[in-house]
Amino acid sequence: MKKIIFGIAFIIFFSFLIVSAINMRTFGEPTISQMDDYFIENAQSETGANNVVTSIVFDYRGFDTLGEATVLFTAVMGVVALFRGVKK
Amino acid sequence: MKEMSRIVKTVTNFVYGFIIIFGFYIIAHGHLTPGGGFQGGAVVGSAFALLLVSYGSLNSREFLKKDILSLFEGFGLILFIVLGFSGLGITFFYNFLANSGSWFGDTAIIGVNPGNMNTGGVIPLMNIAVGLEVLSAFGVIVLTMASGAEFTKKKENS
Amino acid sequence: MIGNLPYVAVVIFIGLGIYTLMFKKNLIKIAIGIVLIENGVNLFLITLGYRKGAIAPIYTQAPSGQVMVLPTPQALTLTSIVIGIATTALILSVAMMIYKHYGTLDTDQVRRLRG
Repeated sequence: MKKIIFGIAFIIFFSFLIVSAINMRTFGEPTISQMDDYFIENAQSETGANNVVTSIVFDYRGFDTLGEATVLFTAVMGVVALFRGVKK
Repeated sequence: MKEMSRIVKTVTNFVYGFIIIFGFYIIAHGHLTPGGGFQGGAVVGSAFALLLVSYGSLNSREFLKKDILSLFEGFGLILFIVLGFSGLGITFFYNFLANSGSWFGDTAIIGVNPGNMNTGGVIPLMNIAVGLEVLSAFGVIVLTMASGAEFTKKKENS
Repeated sequence: MIGNLPYVAVVIFIGLGIYTLMFKKNLIKIAIGIVLIENGVNLFLITLGYRKGAIAPIYTQAPSGQVMVLPTPQALTLTSIVIGIATTALILSVAMMIYKHYGTLDTDQVRRLRG
């Protein structure tokens, strides 16, 4: 019984996903791209790096990367603390 | 994890150094070519995983020390935070070395160019910091989970 | 329809992941479902930033005078991949500890054995 209800809910959800995927804007033609055009034009003169993605990750969005590094550190700390009581 | 056959060990001996050098190349050239700290750190971490799988978790404890790796992880994170704070005269994470003429301070040629190692300001230093953190994080995760798997298997057999 | 095929691939990824989360009881399979959803989201971000016939946003020895792909979704995906690896490691470690304590990975039996 539970599986039937779950199955109906899943089918409805999946069909909504499919419909919205077909009705998305066409692939390969982004409509709003002012920010990215600014990055592509000015990243070389402002940061000096050739790789625009790296200059976004470490310069324009450096605060984001700081949080991400903290998440990685916390996950490693969690794994080590989880196996702490295990003897070799 | 048990150690694997002699063929796997020989191939690992041959390939291990090349994978690590390739990973550090990706880290160091992060501001010029595709790649960066995260990707290069992941490549070096996969070399650690290869060593662990082929030699077994007991034998590879001589090559990979967990304490040293976790020391490097904390060092990388602290270096990243210090680099972020040192631009605080203007804003947080300001690129104070770019176009300054000192370390990594050459002005880049606008447009398509063959690439100059000495550009990018604070970005190559941050690449090195994050790469150090990511590679030691992967090493610590793989080593810890391998020793945990050892214990789980032992309890199952007894 | 044919032009939107990448979005349909994203939907299939996410649908398979949610199916696994809803109907499977094994903890390893649940972890696989979470990884499938992560990969679907990463593919969605990359798909949003694609321009037709454009090159990667790197100026080193690039062919001159061509359009470049949007760089911001790629940066976000880079962040998302590393966070995904960290959370996957944490999930698998918790599954290993559950197996050590209960002797099984079935979620129903884990619930039944001890309160």
